[in-house]
Amino acid sequence: MTAKSLESKLAILSDAAKYDASCASSGSTRRDSRDGKGFGSNEGTGICHAYAPDGRCISLLKILMTNFCIYDCAYCINRVSSNVARARFSVDEVVRLTVDFYRRNYIEGLFLSSGVIRSPDATMADMVEIVRKLREEENFHGYIHLKTIPDAAPELIEAAGRLADRLSINVELPTDASMQRLAAEKNPARIRRAMADFRLRKEASSDASHTGRKPPRFAPAGQSTQMIVGADGSNDAAILGESTRLYSSYQLKRVYYSAFSPIPDSSSRLPLISPPLMREHRLYQADWLLRFYGFDLKEIVDGARDGNLDLELDPKLAWALGHRDIFPVDINRAERELLLRVPGFGVKTVNRILGTRRHRTIRYDDVVRMGGLMKKAGPFITALGWSPGGLIDTAQLRARFLPPPAQLSLF
Amino acid sequence: MHRIALPDTGTASAWRQAARACLDAGLSPADVSWGDDADEAGLFDTLPVSPAKPVRMTVPRSFVEMAETVCWHRDTDRFARLYQFLWRLRDEPYLMGDRGDRELAALRLMEKGVHRCQHKMKAFVRFREIGDREDPRRSFAAWFEPTHHTIEPTAPFFVRRFADMDWKIVTPERSVIFQGGDLSFGPGQPKPALPDDASEALWLTYFRSIFNPARLKVRAMTSEMPRKYWKNLPEAATIPDLISGAPARARAMAEAAPTLPPAHAENARRQLAGHASAWSGPMDALPAAIHACQRCPLHSMATQAVPGQGPQDARLMIVGEQPGDQEDLAGVPFVGPAGRLFDRVAQSAGLDRSLAFVTNAVKHFKFEPRGKRRIHKRPNAGEISHCRWWLDAELAQVSPKLILALGATAAEALTGSGDNILARRGTVETRADGTTVLISIHPSFLLRLTDGQERDRQTDLFRDDLRRAAAMMQDGPQPSRSQALA
Repeated sequence: MTAKSLESKLAILSDAAKYDASCASSGSTRRDSRDGKGFGSNEGTGICHAYAPDGRCISLLKILMTNFCIYDCAYCINRVSSNVARARFSVDEVVRLTVDFYRRNYIEGLFLSSGVIRSPDATMADMVEIVRKLREEENFHGYIHLKTIPDAAPELIEAAGRLADRLSINVELPTDASMQRLAAEKNPARIRRAMADFRLRKEASSDASHTGRKPPRFAPAGQSTQMIVGADGSNDAAILGESTRLYSSYQLKRVYYSAFSPIPDSSSRLPLISPPLMREHRLYQADWLLRFYGFDLKEIVDGARDGNLDLELDPKLAWALGHRDIFPVDINRAERELLLRVPGFGVKTVNRILGTRRHRTIRYDDVVRMGGLMKKAGPFITALGWSPGGLIDTAQLRARFLPPPAQLSLF
Repeated sequence: MHRIALPDTGTASAWRQAARACLDAGLSPADVSWGDDADEAGLFDTLPVSPAKPVRMTVPRSFVEMAETVCWHRDTDRFARLYQFLWRLRDEPYLMGDRGDRELAALRLMEKGVHRCQHKMKAFVRFREIGDREDPRRSFAAWFEPTHHTIEPTAPFFVRRFADMDWKIVTPERSVIFQGGDLSFGPGQPKPALPDDASEALWLTYFRSIFNPARLKVRAMTSEMPRKYWKNLPEAATIPDLISGAPARARAMAEAAPTLPPAHAENARRQLAGHASAWSGPMDALPAAIHACQRCPLHSMATQAVPGQGPQDARLMIVGEQPGDQEDLAGVPFVGPAGRLFDRVAQSAGLDRSLAFVTNAVKHFKFEPRGKRRIHKRPNAGEISHCRWWLDAELAQVSPKLILALGATAAEALTGSGDNILARRGTVETRADGTTVLISIHPSFLLRLTDGQERDRQTDLFRDDLRRAAAMMQDGPQPSRSQALA
């Protein structure tokens, strides 16, 4: 077997990494290289350097160290029983690719993941070595996201957390039963223990000692995880239930939802459907409502049929249509919590309304300028010179918001 | 009428200075005309002279920040609009908080446009290496076409990020050069010819490979990466092919027949079994996993491992010692001489074996070859301990009400001790997890007894044990009685 070129390894190992939805490069510590001793910076906000035609942003060099794996997770392109081409980067190859891409302004940093080879410790040790070289030998100050291996030794996790901005571990499936069925070698309890351990380490690293000195920072951009949508039979209520549990238990920064997508050489155990992109979108919307809009899980899934979100309407609009007795809301008097429940109003719009109405009464046109989507919000609010009249009570209100009927594709 | 022309370098601070002077002189927006052509007239030529004691006006910080951004907008009216709003702000200082105000909304929109342009510049500038890779300070250059005048306000970002290398960004209007740690601005240039860069081919490979053809969302891409930027993004050249090829690639993935696992899959699975600390696989895979077990050396001698058999929801689990000669050949537990004896006694005791899950403490046959025969050998503590992993998995699977432990090996595996079996037989012990274990002897013990009388006596006792098990199955476990017996 001849050695693979760097280019063919990159093709294999980025293809193998693309099913991980995470790409964030935001929320870490601010730092730069103005002292001239290295390169790279992080300014808090992430930057998406390119977009692929699948609509996903490319912020980080997202690659696997190797796609050899001893696990056999049915949904995964890299499972041991798949016949995809295999490759493995050396430590120096990953370092060089990251440096060369970063200096050309292609990326914000590195997102390194890996198949599990030999033993969890050996795999994790190689990943930590890559990050150590980048930080200590190349003086790289850019963003680094490391996927951790659940069973790796605590010292390795500790080292990874000191060097990287974010650590993550994917639960992939919302229920233990699905995981047992589709990813037999993965142990959900162990994944939860790893997340709990992360939280404890992070909390320990932010407590100042009695001398007042802070211990070294541990993964300042926190931890995240991913759940695959549509590979098992779990409904949206189960998925959102699991994410609220994860957010509350382990203080995750993000739960990513990834529509299960056909993979090359896929397992016969899984549905070969086109990925449920709209469902994925609705889950993200619901996730936002839960975290930033004061919604309760019960409120979002209660009206849902079979525990699944309405695909035709966004979850906030669906909720508002089911609770018309609360509306219309007077935007000149209503409290913040209630304004956040108006469909078509984002957090920014609500803040602008609250800021402006301290000085004067707000008209319909003002809200348009403040960024409110009036096609959605109109029937649910009253403003100076605007009342929806009987609109809120008409039986056809739902029909107003439905997407136009599409002709079925012949192909 | 004052005509004020602002320079294209330091525009934001020049506007701020000029606006302050106009305000101090009490010039209304109608009295000032603003331009950004520095050649037409010098900035200070027409700057109004402030009165000796100007009425100083304080401006909200938020306005200053907004103005500093809006000054870089392409719109030629931007300075006039800013001054117009500033003029109103004198009498209505709360206006900055009124997001419904038309003029403020327009300015905020311009601000947003500049911010977006700055953000896209940070994202879409693509450097090519123009020096030697091994130089102590590597050098890079880029050509970029921004929508607004964003070179100057965005340059500090590149200084913070690429401090240890030399770089320049050339645009049609201005160019910015960072050399040896010093930042300078120069005139605009036409697109320069930059040398080919080998890393660009790798970047294109990456862009092509990270794209998932099964989820084509072109509009999501173009809303964030508008086509106007494509001509200067090397990776954009691959987009048309990626889009046109996507449906066929997605279809091919869906239509491809499942393949057989590669040869190394089985090795990996065995390797994995060694790492794990508890069986956590799907239950219907358990027998196959037991068959593949190599946790101790016994597997290399035996024909096969013998997993337990019986209903998965059995209330009774019967645990023997290990497969014997016959079981090893058949792959089924309790089919040899001892198994047959067990069946006879159980029948007379009213215990229906077919309702029980029958298994062994050790799954592989341990023996010593002697001529044409295989002589049974007792498994040692290490082997029992290795194999307890599988026994625990079966217990977790069946979760029986009662376990019947036949002989010392089973007792050791289930209770931690195999001592004094003859004294403990007929008693019930409780495991750490709360399941009850009825201890008895192994039927092969009866086969080894040569004294007929003693054998009959022991067989009767064994029958009593099995009767007791059958009774407990009907009544459920009775702790009070078992304590009395124990």
